[in-house]
Amino acid sequence: MSLDVRAVVEPGRLDVSFTLGEGETLAVLGPNGAGKSTLLDVLSGLVRPDSGHVRLDGTTLVSMAGGERDSWVAPHARGIALLAQEALLFPHLSVRDNVAFGPRSAGVDRAEARRIAERWLRRVDATGLADQRPRRLSGGQAQRVAVARALATEPRLLLLDEPFGALDAGVAPAMRRLLAEVLAERAVVIVTHDPLDALALADRVIVLDEGRIVEEGPTREVLLNPRTEFTRLLTFGLGTI
Amino acid sequence: MPETDRRPGSRRQASRRVTLGGIPAWVAAVAVIGALLIVVPIVSLATRVDWAHFGSLITSESSLAALALSLRTSVASTALCVILGVPLALVLARTSFPGKRILRALILLPLVLPPVVGGIALLAAFGRRGLLGAPLEVLGVTIAFSAVAVVLAQTFVALPFLVLSLEAALRAAGSRYEAVASTLGASPSTVFRRVTLPLVLPGLVTGAVLAFARALGEFGATLTFAGSLEGVTRTLPLEIYLQRETDPEAAVALALVLVVVAVIVMVVTYGRREIR
Repeated sequence: MSLDVRAVVEPGRLDVSFTLGEGETLAVLGPNGAGKSTLLDVLSGLVRPDSGHVRLDGTTLVSMAGGERDSWVAPHARGIALLAQEALLFPHLSVRDNVAFGPRSAGVDRAEARRIAERWLRRVDATGLADQRPRRLSGGQAQRVAVARALATEPRLLLLDEPFGALDAGVAPAMRRLLAEVLAERAVVIVTHDPLDALALADRVIVLDEGRIVEEGPTREVLLNPRTEFTRLLTFGLGTI
Repeated sequence: MPETDRRPGSRRQASRRVTLGGIPAWVAAVAVIGALLIVVPIVSLATRVDWAHFGSLITSESSLAALALSLRTSVASTALCVILGVPLALVLARTSFPGKRILRALILLPLVLPPVVGGIALLAAFGRRGLLGAPLEVLGVTIAFSAVAVVLAQTFVALPFLVLSLEAALRAAGSRYEAVASTLGASPSTVFRRVTLPLVLPGLVTGAVLAFARALGEFGATLTFAGSLEGVTRTLPLEIYLQRETDPEAAVALALVLVVVAVIVMVVTYGRREIR
């Protein structure tokens, strides 16, 4: 088991507990304000839970019991990369330097970081963009580069926050294919409000409402045969198709 | 920047057409008076300059000594403002702790404090019998009435300018890029060096230029805390004030030099941007 989470964020923002197997992709579904982004922030270390724990591949990243044995690993030391709705490429760096940022931060020398960057740019089919400045990229191009930048850090866990949210409808399918390809064999948590994303990318799914898990299980099972009215509404009756 | 896209002809046309944009005509009239209050004295100054002797007036021995001292001390205090102001702005923009509002108010106090009062306060701290000055005196270090005192006085009044513009730039930039950088494995120091600083560099430059200008024009705190020793603490504004008694022509010529510096600062700071 690669990820083991139990997290409570007061007041009532989040109260969840789940595990994720090796190389599995977990989709977190739910309406706006259900606590999806808070969950990602707890995992990446941008928010401290009030109680609970986060364990990844046998190491404890967070342990909050309210006692003196509390531990908390800073975001940069977690090996957890976050891919947000907006690409958020560093505007002052070239595309290549954006992708090389993670390896450079990990202490890799300039030439090697450059090689790693070029390899990942090739992987997401963005080699021709290497010397561009981010502001000259289209939304789809920027998001592809952001995928390369996140994966170049060789994260132990990848978090995706509505990765198609800011993309034009025409670009999203290509992006979905790319992600399905590069995410296989990798532990991933993907937050989305679109059940189609979950079906395309995730092995398992949890459905959040008001910070709590209302349903969970294998993706097809949960989405095609929802046990709760809430999930049925959220998936607008995929099961009836 | 839409300005750059326009042809020069259409731009001239646009600025020629006067529109009041719905404000009452009398408000515009008062605004004109307000602008004249600033512009008339500056223009009048230029008409008073003895242009025939302008060159020799501003290159007299005492003038050059004052100018050189002003430039040296202003560069030094600007550097000090950057070294101390960047951490201050970061703390004010990013951290949260009790008493932060009070800290900000204290740091910005020199903006509204009469410079003479600042000078007296500096004397109370660094003077021979001051809070820190007395122990330093025992160690053989005298700060008051030295060139170091000039730099301290200038830094005291100029620091808020740098902190204010940099804090605004930090807040405008937000912390989302910094959050992403940290999830990519960058330590806080790396984030600061490779993400935060480059992102707010324009704000830092603006703040440094404003701080430099304020340091260059410093008078009250300098006179009180550092005195007016030629070549040691007599900066250009002090020299102008002194010359006014004995050689008004030289005072006017030197004053114009400072006006030119101020204009250059404004062009560098706000020149190619539309004022929001």
